[in-house]
Amino acid sequence: MSDLGAKRLQGRVAFISGGLRGIGLACAERFLAEGAEVVLSDLDAEDSETATATLARLGQAASYICANVTSEDDWARAVQTVQERHSAAHILINNAGTDLTGPVETLTLESWRRIMAVNVDGVFLGTKHFVPLLAASGAGVQGGASIINVSSIMGIVGLSEVSAYNASKGAVRLFTKGIALEFAQKKMPIRANSLHPGFVLTPLLNAGFQRWVDAGAAEKVQDLIDGMAATTPIGRLADPSELASAAFFLAGSDSSYMTGAELIIDGGWTAQ
Amino acid sequence: MAIVTGGTTGIGAAAVRRLVAEGAKVFFTGSKEAEAAALTAETGAQFRKHRVQDAASWPALIEDVLATYGRLDVAFANAGTESGDANIEDVGIEGWDNVVAINQTGVMLTVQHAIAAMKRNPEGATGSIIINSSMNATRPLGNYVTYSVTKAAVCALAKSAAVHCGQMGYKIRVNAILPGVVETPLIQQIMASQPDPAAARAMFEGMAPMKRMAQLNEISGLVAYLASDEAGFVSGAEIAIDGATTAGMMGV
Repeated sequence: MSDLGAKRLQGRVAFISGGLRGIGLACAERFLAEGAEVVLSDLDAEDSETATATLARLGQAASYICANVTSEDDWARAVQTVQERHSAAHILINNAGTDLTGPVETLTLESWRRIMAVNVDGVFLGTKHFVPLLAASGAGVQGGASIINVSSIMGIVGLSEVSAYNASKGAVRLFTKGIALEFAQKKMPIRANSLHPGFVLTPLLNAGFQRWVDAGAAEKVQDLIDGMAATTPIGRLADPSELASAAFFLAGSDSSYMTGAELIIDGGWTAQ
Repeated sequence: MAIVTGGTTGIGAAAVRRLVAEGAKVFFTGSKEAEAAALTAETGAQFRKHRVQDAASWPALIEDVLATYGRLDVAFANAGTESGDANIEDVGIEGWDNVVAINQTGVMLTVQHAIAAMKRNPEGATGSIIINSSMNATRPLGNYVTYSVTKAAVCALAKSAAVHCGQMGYKIRVNAILPGVVETPLIQQIMASQPDPAAARAMFEGMAPMKRMAQLNEISGLVAYLASDEAGFVSGAEIAIDGATTAGMMGV
């Protein structure tokens, strides 16, 4: 209780995949504000305008590496980079995700595999490669190291024409429980929890809605956003910062007894 | 401005301390007057002796809160009991009725009257209501049938109330927390009274994959998060805080 109001992630190092936009970027901003050092990864080139402009805005405590979450080599390089820059890692957010999907009878095996590769392989590989560094660093901080796997409410309930995404996010949900038990059983100082956003105003959501508009399902993206807000008990979509505050809670010592748990941030959508 | 039921000891008292530390003005209720006096002296929180299951007394309690603090932002429906409970074969109707009255009817009344109070906030209906359920909502205990049933019931109550508040356009969030075994004074007392206290402690600690019990400030940390604007999009959720106890099996 003594650290209330202080920068509560001071001295901690966080790695965030999919960190240049949406929920990942919001987490980076929040963690930096709480005193953490943050390493982001995404698909954009390191000299791309998005990467350089974002880094310039985030400041000295943030850095970026271009890495594909589906590549084991990229993960090995990411861990090595974090090790060299910071000698530690306390927080891993497996956030990168994709949402390609559609009617099951026309879904190509290639699309299915792409979704599984990014959403499931990416979480597995990130966890696998970061565990040694997290285990070595976790004992030094209150509450231990924390892995936050970004699943979705679509990992809890189904939705029409979202089957592949449903399957991938359900996999993330149970993968997280499995590793949480494994770390606890082995007395490793790492907690693991899944985060389940509902509908969040992110570029990924916008892109998905734009495709629906292009397919003639609606006149404009805002109509779809308004429609989604109307089906959400709280009556609006989430701002990415509201997911970042949940990630911050799971990352820090206030959640020190939470592992293998799921945190749903959906404005009551799955309570219905 | 917050109200905590069952606030004199254990998780409730820890929540009172944390909410006060976060800058809230806190009203807490319960039956243990000596403990309450000490907590009031320590934190400055206000105590009222009150039974959550006593429907007729709720309007006056809420008037008292609003007269004292002018508004209500947070309600922690925490009061609970297992007194009189047993397994399905042995539980008597009096024991069943007592646990249902406190754990289920008491929570319903707390949520109902908290919503009524939060609707009277000057800027409109706003607030956060947190229900203390238990991991036994999803993993019922054989020897505590009523406790397990009521803890499951209040999860549905949280969701129903959350959906209702949304539909009515209230900015009131309702969530349930599901703690595992917490090292409360009650558990400490149970351990100390066993022939082999160390073995009893090892048994309780062994129930969680994390191989320890939750500390009181770890539960109040989650309460503080849900109470704050940080959790502005969290409503109708059930949140386990159990050191992975309900995440699955330990394996061999």
